[in-house]
Amino acid sequence: MLTGLTLTEARAGLAARKFSARELAQAHLDAIGRLNTALNAYITVLPEADVLASADAADARYAAGTAGIMDGLPIGVKDLFCTKGVRTTAASKMLADFVPPYESTVTANLLNAGAVFLGKTNLDEFAMGSANINSAFGPATNPWKRKGDEATALVPGGSSGGSSAAVAAGMALAATGTDTGGSIRQPAAYCGIVGLKPTYGRCSRWGTIAFASSLDQAGPMTRSVADAGLMLEAMAGFDAKDSTSSNRPVPAFHKAVGKSVKGLRVGIPAEYRAPGLPAEIVAMWEQGIAWLKAAGCEVVDVSLPHTRYGLTTYYIIAPAECSSNLARYDGIRFGLRKDAPSLDGVYEATRAAGFGQEVRNRILMGTYVLSAGYYDAYYLKAQKVRTLIKRDFENAFENVDVLLTPTAPSAAFAQGENMDDPVQMYLNDIFTVPASMAGVPALSVPVGLNDAGLPLGLQIIGKHFDEETVLSIGGALEAAAGFTHTPSIHAGAGA
Amino acid sequence: MSYTIEGRTGTWEIVVGLEVHAQVISHSKLFSGASTTFGGDPNTQVSLVDAAFPGMLPVINHECVAQAIRTGLGLNAQINLFSRFDRKNYFYADLPQGYQISQFEHPIVGKGTISIELQNGDVREIGITRLHLEQDAGKLLHDQDPTKSFVDLNRSGVALMEIVSEPDIREPEEAGAYLRKLRQILRYLGTCDGNMEEGSMRADVNVSVRKAGEPFRTRCEIKNVNSIRFVMQAIEVEAARQVEIWENGGEVDQETRLFDPGRGETRTMRSKEDAHDYRYFPDPDLLPLVLEQAWVDELATRLPELPDAKRARFQAEYGIAFYDAGVLIAEQAVADYYEAVARGRDGKLAATWVMGDLFAALNRTSKTIETSPVSADALGKMLDLIADKTINGKIAKEVFEDMVETGESPDAIVEKKGLRQVTDTGAIDAAITAVLEKHPDKLAEYRSGKDKLFGFFVGQVMKETKGKANPAMVNEALKTHLDA
Repeated sequence: MLTGLTLTEARAGLAARKFSARELAQAHLDAIGRLNTALNAYITVLPEADVLASADAADARYAAGTAGIMDGLPIGVKDLFCTKGVRTTAASKMLADFVPPYESTVTANLLNAGAVFLGKTNLDEFAMGSANINSAFGPATNPWKRKGDEATALVPGGSSGGSSAAVAAGMALAATGTDTGGSIRQPAAYCGIVGLKPTYGRCSRWGTIAFASSLDQAGPMTRSVADAGLMLEAMAGFDAKDSTSSNRPVPAFHKAVGKSVKGLRVGIPAEYRAPGLPAEIVAMWEQGIAWLKAAGCEVVDVSLPHTRYGLTTYYIIAPAECSSNLARYDGIRFGLRKDAPSLDGVYEATRAAGFGQEVRNRILMGTYVLSAGYYDAYYLKAQKVRTLIKRDFENAFENVDVLLTPTAPSAAFAQGENMDDPVQMYLNDIFTVPASMAGVPALSVPVGLNDAGLPLGLQIIGKHFDEETVLSIGGALEAAAGFTHTPSIHAGAGA
Repeated sequence: MSYTIEGRTGTWEIVVGLEVHAQVISHSKLFSGASTTFGGDPNTQVSLVDAAFPGMLPVINHECVAQAIRTGLGLNAQINLFSRFDRKNYFYADLPQGYQISQFEHPIVGKGTISIELQNGDVREIGITRLHLEQDAGKLLHDQDPTKSFVDLNRSGVALMEIVSEPDIREPEEAGAYLRKLRQILRYLGTCDGNMEEGSMRADVNVSVRKAGEPFRTRCEIKNVNSIRFVMQAIEVEAARQVEIWENGGEVDQETRLFDPGRGETRTMRSKEDAHDYRYFPDPDLLPLVLEQAWVDELATRLPELPDAKRARFQAEYGIAFYDAGVLIAEQAVADYYEAVARGRDGKLAATWVMGDLFAALNRTSKTIETSPVSADALGKMLDLIADKTINGKIAKEVFEDMVETGESPDAIVEKKGLRQVTDTGAIDAAITAVLEKHPDKLAEYRSGKDKLFGFFVGQVMKETKGKANPAMVNEALKTHLDA
């Protein structure tokens, strides 16, 4: 089943000429054709001829012995990465017809490594959301169903919900995501796949549509931990066009998987045992601890005392940056324009028509916290707390190599649930936000199913630029968990 | 205090501070690689960053930072090794990002001073509060269509230095002197061309009035005044307006105003209630700007000689007057020209020629020092001809005019026209004899005691030699003949 492979397996199959890149691409195009109506994982599917032409070029490189590390591997691209000549919407009416004349650094890196793009995956508008319900192109749906309840559509998580749904359902071998407060890790957990948010600065932000500049980070969403390492190798690297990109060398991440984790110290942050945390989440966490102990890790309790301020701090800083980052969508130079008799009128009409409710909420919040008279009380205070949160991690990492936590406080919920209370929705990010605030790498690994048959993920948080240890621990957890379940809706189902 | 306003209730003085926006001379913009040449066709010098396309990011231009440091050094100012870029948020059609990247809390340059000279010769120090780097906006064109405005983004993202003075200025004349001096320093440094007509240097003028000894009263800001003359006029009329309000029992509102030179008045542009809330915050796309002291030191050692130092040196080295030195250093190019003429020669004579005949010739031919028909080298050679007595001062004027017209070298002109000074005593004696024979009556008068006629004889001899005789030799020989 070509659509059920990992990147690593497919790469080996292509290298051994067991199948061609064209066959692999065709299988995925077929899967998308069958499943996208139900899942709405893709906003834009590339023309078949273009996809197959890319695959043929990959086949030629295999034949010539010049294939790159992602050569011929068909993947989805979150529709937040600008792709040259291919419509890039950010799931917003504002950019519904926007075709960038440039390629983002991350997608350019992937193309250089030989990857074959299938299309642009769905997301919450401008990456703002945790359920992929805030998309101007309709929600993406989780391919997983509650046991005995095939009728209820569940959310795939967000904001990279189209990517997680596509990878889980066999509509792409892997996909790119972006993570600002959990947007890679939480949907990965909800869809039973692997998601890695690298260290801030590891992947260039150039050409990726900005949500919150000090937090946004691109990363891979894959079916295995080794795949996450492989794909990150292709995505990462210094970029002179992004002043915040790191010039550290990019290691061979995939080699970190399978390395012994014996003697590594794993911290369990006490503050993540939030009151009211569902028993199934606690149980899965305990199981993870037991697996790592069995693999030879030393498990120790640690404290991240400012964790409880993480979410509120995040919901000041991220909206503040977004309110400014989204000011460029003014109807003047590109994107949607609604005409009006005055300049202010053009702004009002354009932005009212172009932005969805959640985006407007966040712009308003961000504008408020930056306003004269409120700046000190909100934004400045939040920046100070952010420093304290970073320091929490630095202190913890003096004693441990990684931290182990749940990825999300629940399994995937139904579309329509948690909708009336935005704060309830924001709570989905409670475990993922602190690592974003600190800029440290974090990985979500699927480790089991809950009683309803839905996947749950555990999160491994590492030191700055130490993705390798994170991947090693992730690999150990993956091996112990042996997660091989597939969702109800899947390219291989019924075939 | 020489400038005051006499009101009904007493004497008022004015308090002025200036915010100058100086466009940085650099090949590319502050945060993008787009060109900064003035006058390109609309929207031909715009990168995706300048147009704020989705996902575009700013990257600081090293050269613009160096220019800001040079300027700070030239203003005797503190260079801040740590500075930071902030976003100033507001919506306008000429501002693609919806925010201007500027430096709010931590500017690259701190306190400095400028020394200005007034007409009466007084010298005053005006404090510089700060200098920071920021992006320029684009330009709106309202005259292209009856109902639409057009946007030209060529200027969008060009680096500006905002140079803020302390409220130390007390007279319109001081404001003018400050701007001229600042422009002179910027031009010497090569960090801004100071061209106010093209808008590469613009001034916002903060004006308030008060009675002697009072604390500051409410100020108004007059935006974007585009000539030094208008700045001085705007201060006068705005100060008069404020005095009128206070004396009628009113309150001056803190507001932003525009100067209308046609009507000679200022008008409200934005009241305090309409003032923008710019929501400044550190730009998360950029790291703080951290400078190495060693780099600052290196830039300092390579700084050109600045006007004040050059003026002092010209006085000392070439023995010229303070005033003359001030005229000669006003523009770097003139100073360079003068120095090329004066070096190794009579500095005073060089100054006389440059400020006299050369300036007159440039004026008459509508040329600048850069396009001068007489090169410094040629003028120097001409002074050499005077010094070695090949020509005398009077003939030199004729030679110079020929140089202006033909561009030929002074040697060639002297040869061509046979202007070589006559130093042959025989020829001079012959000329004297001829003159004395022609004027026996005058000779008799002279000899009977009318000494004043000596000058007449000199003139006649010079005429006889077509002006080419060496005047000293004529004097000498004439005395011998007359007293014989």
